Amino acid sequence: MPAQRFDSPDDAVADIRDGATVLVGGFVSAGTPSNLIMALKRSGRTGLTAVANNIGLGDLLDELCEHRQLDRVIGTFAIRASGARTSRFEAQYRAGEAALELVPQGTLIERLRAGGAGLGGVLTKTGLGTMMAEGKQVLELDGEQWLLERPLRGDAALLKAWRADTLGNLQYRLAGKNFNPVMATAADLVIAEVEEIVEAGEIPPELVGTPAVYVDRIVQCEPIPVRWEG
Amino acid sequence: MADAPPIGLSRELIALRAARELEPGSVVNLGIGLPTLVAGFVDSADGIMFQAENGILGYAGVSESDFDSDLINAGGQPVDLVPGASFFDTAESFAMIRGGHIDAAVLGGLQVSARGDLANWYVPARGGGSVGGAMDLAVGARKLIVAMAHVTRDGEPRIVESCEYPLTAGRCVDVIITDLAVIDVRVDGLVLRETAPGISAEQVARWTGAPLQIPDVVPEMAL
Repeated sequence: MPAQRFDSPDDAVADIRDGATVLVGGFVSAGTPSNLIMALKRSGRTGLTAVANNIGLGDLLDELCEHRQLDRVIGTFAIRASGARTSRFEAQYRAGEAALELVPQGTLIERLRAGGAGLGGVLTKTGLGTMMAEGKQVLELDGEQWLLERPLRGDAALLKAWRADTLGNLQYRLAGKNFNPVMATAADLVIAEVEEIVEAGEIPPELVGTPAVYVDRIVQCEPIPVRWEG
Repeated sequence: MADAPPIGLSRELIALRAARELEPGSVVNLGIGLPTLVAGFVDSADGIMFQAENGILGYAGVSESDFDSDLINAGGQPVDLVPGASFFDTAESFAMIRGGHIDAAVLGGLQVSARGDLANWYVPARGGGSVGGAMDLAVGARKLIVAMAHVTRDGEPRIVESCEYPLTAGRCVDVIITDLAVIDVRVDGLVLRETAPGISAEQVARWTGAPLQIPDVVPEMAL
């Protein structure tokens, strides 16, 4: 079925529920669904779990902490080594108002990939012998140890691509792919923000980064400028 | 003056020395912070390809031109590309990293132990942490270079018998480059390879919190 086209990001996220787990694509400023994040903020939904690479000072996702919409973050960059300036999320984490599950980046993407690809988990050496292995199963196969990491899925995924066609095929630009194509496979409701919507056939098939089969909703928006504060 | 650590190299010169450690034609990942400076010190004729976790193989140094939000390295800095660069998603990026396709990584460090354990993602006093791709790089890069200050701001050695901070990975570090020295991590322990200009081998040993083997001849770094 073709993706549904929405005129506003607010309408596109309107039925995400309180308590939902939301995958958020992007890496700092690249491929970040800025309008969908701000629409989720305006929706006022609470008790959310965000799965995203980074939530730090200057990241739009931190906006969701202004009104304490996030109960939990699963991500890779959260608390900086220097405490000179802190994010809203960090303040809420310290106050015990929001939880953090820190995951190595390569493990986070593989857990999402497993979640989207019908796999029961991933075996990796990343995290063996560290705090990341606490409470997890270690398997020994042919004399080698592997850490078992379980799949991860979302109720919804918020993605950013350069353009979509009317079916929902997505094309990315530059380093804008990052988490987006894998997150597209791993949520029940996949919403993509794009800069332009073109007719089916206008994106050359070999340049489709996310096939339409994964995409439920598309919305055309002018990206909100995001710049990391370093 | 035994109580004050000697003044060694600047961050830029540590990065320069780390850049000299890279093989021509190799594929290299640079961690956030000091290691990102390394890209500015390689000779483009050496054909080194820098890989960024967020999905670039073949970026040059930090870009001076207009900022494009979709063209950044893993530290969020705008970058330029070299001819032959490619883009890919995070799953492919970490297939490169864990799969042994990255020749070398330069990472920052909080502590390195005598057997090459690395701690660089979690400061106990701060909690929470930021791990990024560090654990995957520590496990997957063929050669791991740690570039860091030799001692903490409080004058405590960062090179220690055993890391007190939570580990990034065990037995992963090959070379430590600091403001005072270049130290190799070998199976039989830490070996001083070079000292910074004006720094003696004894000074390096004094500010190193683990046994340090000092060969008869220890050259000064050529910078």
